[in-house]
Amino acid sequence: MDLAVAIGSLTLKNPFIAASGCFGYGVEYAEAVDLSSLGGVAVKGLFLAEREGHPAPRIVETPAGMLNAIGLQGIGVRRFVDEKLPELRARRATVIVNVCGTTLDEYVEVSRILSDAEGVAAIELNISCPNIKEGGIQFGCSLNGTYDVVSAVRKATTLPLIPKLTPNVTDVSSFARAAEDAGADAVSLVNTFLAMVIDTETRRPKISNVVGGLSGPAIRPIAVRMVWECRQAVKIPIVGMGGIVEARDAIEFMLAGATAVQVGTANFVDPFIWPKLVDGLSDYLRRHRIARAADLVGALDSDSALAGP
Amino acid sequence: MPIDVAAEVIANRALSVDYNVLTLGAPTIAASCAPGQFVMVKSSSRRDPLLRRPFSVFEVVRDSSGAATALTILSKRIGVSTRELYEAKPGQTIATLGPLGRPFTVVEPPTEAWMVAGGVGLAPFATLAEALAAKRVKSALFYGARSGAELFYLDFFAALGVELVLTTEDGSRGEKGRVVTPLDRRLGGRPPSSPLMLYACGPERMLAAAARTAATHGRPCQVSVERIMGCGMGGCYSCVVPMRGDDGKFHHVRSCLAGPVLAADQILWT
Repeated sequence: MDLAVAIGSLTLKNPFIAASGCFGYGVEYAEAVDLSSLGGVAVKGLFLAEREGHPAPRIVETPAGMLNAIGLQGIGVRRFVDEKLPELRARRATVIVNVCGTTLDEYVEVSRILSDAEGVAAIELNISCPNIKEGGIQFGCSLNGTYDVVSAVRKATTLPLIPKLTPNVTDVSSFARAAEDAGADAVSLVNTFLAMVIDTETRRPKISNVVGGLSGPAIRPIAVRMVWECRQAVKIPIVGMGGIVEARDAIEFMLAGATAVQVGTANFVDPFIWPKLVDGLSDYLRRHRIARAADLVGALDSDSALAGP
Repeated sequence: MPIDVAAEVIANRALSVDYNVLTLGAPTIAASCAPGQFVMVKSSSRRDPLLRRPFSVFEVVRDSSGAATALTILSKRIGVSTRELYEAKPGQTIATLGPLGRPFTVVEPPTEAWMVAGGVGLAPFATLAEALAAKRVKSALFYGARSGAELFYLDFFAALGVELVLTTEDGSRGEKGRVVTPLDRRLGGRPPSSPLMLYACGPERMLAAAARTAATHGRPCQVSVERIMGCGMGGCYSCVVPMRGDDGKFHHVRSCLAGPVLAADQILWT
């Protein structure tokens, strides 16, 4: 059975990628998890400089999900290359670096530094963080902005380039198309949904940033729908995510058109989830007599659904 | 390295209408945990509530040969998850991930140890008191609660030779008022030359007051902080504490990895 999938020139040994912002820099999990057994490890978003992020409280649990506004705390790209990347390489992780920027030049510079480093497999371009004013969402919420930042980074790197799209727009598929037109190798979606929780006793927001990004099983059906819409709009591979907690959920994304998937919130609940996902996918393929995981991609039987009973 | 155990509930003892002690069959975690470390627990496999909750390891249960057979957690009913833990039935399983975090640094004689606990902040001190007693460190527990009915395990600590200094907000037992008041008074009466370590755990305002009091009297203080925690493994960056770094600047430090035990004088208390 072949679990491998391809994102442009990058081959992943299985479709399961640890989602950025949910797996630290990967090294935090290196003792508990065989990092080389994951399809990929998308590390926490990096700017040029260090950032301290928002004050606590930064998360609050919601029905079948959670809201977060961490504020992209991070050590900066140079410290990442010096302090984290060597261990990730030694552990043979497939490293996908989530790149942030406050300006177009910063995206380009961070991407260039990563292109020059040894051991980066791909760049995920974060143009979708809902939680900081100056962090890319101004690019991710405008079609021209998306096109411009993807084009600029495209010129600066030959690494597989995967813009991560926000769901907080009217038509996410038009953003996928803008990214494709600008030379992206794939798109990943969805980032979190902008949301809010209020403590009715104190009348205060539950997190310090007032609003934050919603993730977890609660958002999964919306995310699946958005992947399905993008599948019809672009030819490049899609990395799907949003509330995956078991193999069945991942398969749902793949049937909707995702080539690979990211798992984030579920890793908080179960840091040992990765072999369970791989086993679950293998079982499904065996049960349905499918030889390759890649054969699931976009294999939705929409005709019979439309035909009805 | 932490492990995840589907731990059987061996016993669930209600201490009051809000507090309970849950005995979890997780011998491997119990055997390898140090005072101050914590576990992340989830009482069902359902998606709602979704996340685990952090708890200090309260007691390590041992058999007659001294081998660890289980651990307990001290829980206070606040939300949905703690209500499920309060109502947990023997035989059901609770996902228990641990041991996690950095433990207390246990002092040696002649240094004395004063533990300062507020409410459910008693949790990390049962194992610490045992470790101190094993080293023959003279110790005291300053323990405050809302009322005398919410002061628990006094006999446990007394049996270990721990001096008890009790306060209650309603004055129903011990001194009426906050626990830091007798702490401040006793620190003032102690010669600076006699070595002492403070350990504190409890509500944030109590911790800040204990830290301030420790600093006023020039005493080191280790605090066990409680933060909203998503994962306990360093992945989510939710449990941060603002701390002064070696560079003199402030940094958000993940209390799950660097803590939960942190040096009180490095925290930027608000």
